[in-house]
Amino acid sequence: MKLLRVQLACELRVLARNGEQLLLILGIPMLLLSFFGNVDILPTGDQSSINFLLPGIIALAIMSTAMVSLGIATGFERSYLVLKRLGATPLGVPRLVLAKALSVLLVEIVQVILLVGLAFLFGADLDALNVAKLILAIALGTLAFSGIGLSLAGRLRGEVNLAAQNALYLVLLLVGGIIFPLQDLPSWLQWVGRITPSGALTDVMRDVFSATATYGASSLVILLGWAIVAQLSAFKLFRWN
Amino acid sequence: MNTSASDGLSVSQLVIKYGEVTAVDHISFTAKPGRVTVILGPNGAGKTSTIEACEGFLSPTSGTIQVLGLNPFLQRKQLNRLMGIMLQDGGIYPSARVGELVQQYCALYGNGVDANALVARVGLQDVATTTYRRLSGGEKQRLSLALALAALPKIIFLDEPTSGIDVNGRDLVRSIIRELRDAGCCVIVATHELDEAERIADDVLVFHRGNVVASGTLHELRSGREEIRFRSHSLIDVHSLSTTLGYTVEQTRQSEFTIAGTSDSRVIVQLTDWAKANNVDIGDIGAGSQRLDDVFRRLTAEPTT
Repeated sequence: MKLLRVQLACELRVLARNGEQLLLILGIPMLLLSFFGNVDILPTGDQSSINFLLPGIIALAIMSTAMVSLGIATGFERSYLVLKRLGATPLGVPRLVLAKALSVLLVEIVQVILLVGLAFLFGADLDALNVAKLILAIALGTLAFSGIGLSLAGRLRGEVNLAAQNALYLVLLLVGGIIFPLQDLPSWLQWVGRITPSGALTDVMRDVFSATATYGASSLVILLGWAIVAQLSAFKLFRWN
Repeated sequence: MNTSASDGLSVSQLVIKYGEVTAVDHISFTAKPGRVTVILGPNGAGKTSTIEACEGFLSPTSGTIQVLGLNPFLQRKQLNRLMGIMLQDGGIYPSARVGELVQQYCALYGNGVDANALVARVGLQDVATTTYRRLSGGEKQRLSLALALAALPKIIFLDEPTSGIDVNGRDLVRSIIRELRDAGCCVIVATHELDEAERIADDVLVFHRGNVVASGTLHELRSGREEIRFRSHSLIDVHSLSTTLGYTVEQTRQSEFTIAGTSDSRVIVQLTDWAKANNVDIGDIGAGSQRLDDVFRRLTAEPTT
């Protein structure tokens, strides 16, 4: 336990000192929620902007932390030989992986608290919130996105990985129905968006917060599929050195 | 001194291949505890591959390695508690602060090493709150050494430990290496710096093209090869001088010459007489065993085409 605690503290310290990562995992989601939640420019139908946005923004926050932040940090740690050096200490791979997983989980808890709190301040209706489903959605989303992030981080050079993670983040943000409803996209893009992990997680989150999932249980199945495939991919592709 | 494999490092018939390329070709050697073993070799000689295999980072193609009696690849977990390593470069996150990082490693090893005392021991107390990216090259090396020392190691692998370090820093690193040796630690140093090797080595291994081409104590490698060295800025016909002296004269570097196979004072007298007769200026005459860099150059010389 002591070694895990030491490494977890180190992971959180490194994250707290990284301004770009903080902007990505907290700044951008909060900014998007604050801005689009308070201007009536989105085609959100019967829902208020803030009620429509909150599930997608939480999905975005999970993607930011589990895929981009974890992927970029791990990629650079691999490039800087930090993982190699830690590999020669008594820490061991399982504790290192667990420390990273816990740091992601802690950040996600903070993100959810801040985003839900912010949405509540902006008048979001949280009566239909299903906490058990929220935990399941976060778990599956984290598995899916961390698998994708680590697959890229485990094979690409630090700088290339950085660019790839950011590009993927942008694509998944745009086609995942996070800001705009998927139904308002061209039909072929709706299908693409629906089967992306961001699209599936956003739809599951809509079910969690307001029981308004567009595609019902199929999104949960797609997300589960991503979680399994991405983790297998990370296991296969990741290289420590 | 009697030693067993469990005391230090034992490598037997080690082969490391990368695809079709053989980086290390059936090498065998031992390194004893309480001694500093320096591994020398030009780039691509197989030093890094061998050390990485000994550290457990690399699985050998064939052969056996015993580090403190443990298989470094299969018994890594046990070995990590006993082994200190210093990478040549990197291994540290740029935003990590010196003091925090040493504290982290001391806590990971859990040997009761005082982090503040360790920071002071490597002379980094004034930069304890500085991030790694802001350290000078020498400070980075000393921090890397501190992380290796946090293990209270029974065996330590140091890759270019004095690279980029100033004179005072080098003295400090040398004194730490001596302390480790005197405490019974098996110290393995890989370096390109022959002067440094000459100062710290008890035993030397010379790697070349994936083989160990020489091994022994520093004295053994240098002895039996007497030479006279001198400097001259004049144009010297080395063939003519060789004939006159009866020993082979070679120009080893710009303005540097050696007379191989003797350190006899009568040959020195012959040399000075020849120089006077031919109006050639010579100076810095010295005689004795071959220097390590000459030994190294001889052992790793590529055939001229």
